[in-house]
Amino acid sequence: MQSIISISGLSKTYDGGFQALKRVDLDVAPGEIFALLGPNGAGKTTLISIVCGLVKATGGSVQVGGHDIVADYRAARSLIGLVPQELSTDRFESVWDTVAFSRGLFGKPKNPAYVEKLLRDLSLWSKKDERILALSGGMKRRVLIAKALAHEPRVLFLDEPTAGVDVELRRDMWRLIRELRDTGVTVILTTHYIDEAEEMADRIGVIRAGELILVEEKTALIAKLGRKELILQLGAPLAEVPASLARYGLELRREGCELAYVYDGAREHADLAALLTELTAAGVAFKDIRTTQSSLEDIFVDLVKERA
Amino acid sequence: MTPSVNLRAVGAIYKFEMARALRTIMQSVISPVISTSLYFVVFGAAIGQRMQEIDGVPYGTFIVPGLVMLSLLTQSIANASFGIYFPRFAGTIYEILSAPVSYLEIVVAYVGAAATKSIVIGLIILATASLFTPLTIEHPVLMVTFLLLTAFTFSLFGFIIGVWADGFEQLQIIPLLVITPLTFLGGSFYSIDMLPPFWRAVSLFNPVVYLVSGFRWSFTGKADVHIGVSLAMTMVFLLACLVAIRWIFKTGYRLKA
Ligand SMILES: Nc1ncnc2c1ncn2[C@@H]1O[C@H](COP(=O)(O)OP(=O)(O)OP(=O)(O)O)[C@@H](O)[C@H]1O
Ligand SMILES: [Mg+2]
Repeated sequence: MQSIISISGLSKTYDGGFQALKRVDLDVAPGEIFALLGPNGAGKTTLISIVCGLVKATGGSVQVGGHDIVADYRAARSLIGLVPQELSTDRFESVWDTVAFSRGLFGKPKNPAYVEKLLRDLSLWSKKDERILALSGGMKRRVLIAKALAHEPRVLFLDEPTAGVDVELRRDMWRLIRELRDTGVTVILTTHYIDEAEEMADRIGVIRAGELILVEEKTALIAKLGRKELILQLGAPLAEVPASLARYGLELRREGCELAYVYDGAREHADLAALLTELTAAGVAFKDIRTTQSSLEDIFVDLVKERA
Repeated sequence: MTPSVNLRAVGAIYKFEMARALRTIMQSVISPVISTSLYFVVFGAAIGQRMQEIDGVPYGTFIVPGLVMLSLLTQSIANASFGIYFPRFAGTIYEILSAPVSYLEIVVAYVGAAATKSIVIGLIILATASLFTPLTIEHPVLMVTFLLLTAFTFSLFGFIIGVWADGFEQLQIIPLLVITPLTFLGGSFYSIDMLPPFWRAVSLFNPVVYLVSGFRWSFTGKADVHIGVSLAMTMVFLLACLVAIRWIFKTGYRLKA
């Protein structure tokens, strides 16, 4: 399918000479939820800001819905809604006015029914006439989301949508994002929370020091990079690992009651069978067997460390 | 198809800016009324007693165009510079910059709103002044032309200041250090023909002289410099502002990293 966002060779060097993005290539398919994961200062906000027209790229190009973001900025930007990382709001405006303003700014005719639905969906309806300065931080975040959705965008950028948000609102946010995806909206979110990416995303990109070091289907990523552990509960405790099994790098745990074997989830599992056969041959009896898989969090920490 | 003009956006920004003024309507209206009345008490009544007439025009009537110009300049600059500076300061500019709006549309909306406000205030001052002194407008079309031209030109100038400023002090500094002195020295309260030749020559470098003189001519038919020169000078300044704004948006100066 044709990408809704197509980024090629995107580079950004800020005026001070700092290179925040280094030749980033990325394609996002319509209707997917894409999570951009990376530590502070990796370039996530810079990437989003370029696509949305807030920062000028110093190299490369971006197309949104087939429209170049510079040459055909009107068409490109009409498709995009942006929820910025900072809570920047017009403090003295009412919730309703600020959302209606956003809709007008993007050239859409008035549609009170749609704005009402939006505010209801975001649990903002009861606050519609309040001034934004009277809202809590989480409410302000919702207002920013309402503003971003006011013009019915096809692509929604969420720059750390759940930073500083309580658990309940976080769940709400996740639900909302899924509902949006179900209506065909493409969602690109940045986050530090790996569980968020794990929970939400169809695909994950990891960005570090301005480089997109990896883009992968979430499930494939976990399978490919995930470490797996095979844990054997022994019939009787062992004092030490039999010498004949040394090449597996086995580890004794729980005072010799458990034997753990760490292996790479992506590799062929042929030696697993061999291990079990050899264990039996060495006279090690086991009563139970289980495997555990590393979470995205472990993978991410490994990745970022590895390249550091 | 995306339309090639986003009039709704212009309307939305314009409305937003006007709503901001309406929230502070009392101070927007009352302060010019009070300050105009004060000028009339001090200059019109106190000094005007001794000055009688300039160029055959009663002193009270003489100072009206200058007073209107003074507010027109300061209000245009203040409104437009604050209008664009505040979203930069508060971070809400992200929305304007990410919207399908052209630079021209952004400028038209902000400058249009600022000019509207200063014109309204100019008219309020005119109305207030008419309570103190007899007013006749000899060239109404030119009067309106000058009013509009000045309001838009200095709103553009204010917009530039609002983009340039890096803090609230900088926002105030140009109006305070440049515009107010230039206006007071620009023949608002006297005719520059009353000055010694040297200072008269120096005054001709003050752009406000041309504005005030031209504006006064549209009221009384009397001017310090020829009306054509006044119009031409105003146009030159307008053009200079337009060139600067074009450059700002072309380079993204202080708006885009
Ligand atoms: N306007 C700017 N001028 C100069 N350098 C900048 C500017 N904006 C960002 N940077 C630098 O670019 C790098 C990337 O910043 P960016 O905001 O894109 O990171 P991020 O991945 O969004 O980080 P975070 O997770 O903290 O939000 C950082 O080192 C930052 O200091
Ligand atoms: Mg960021």
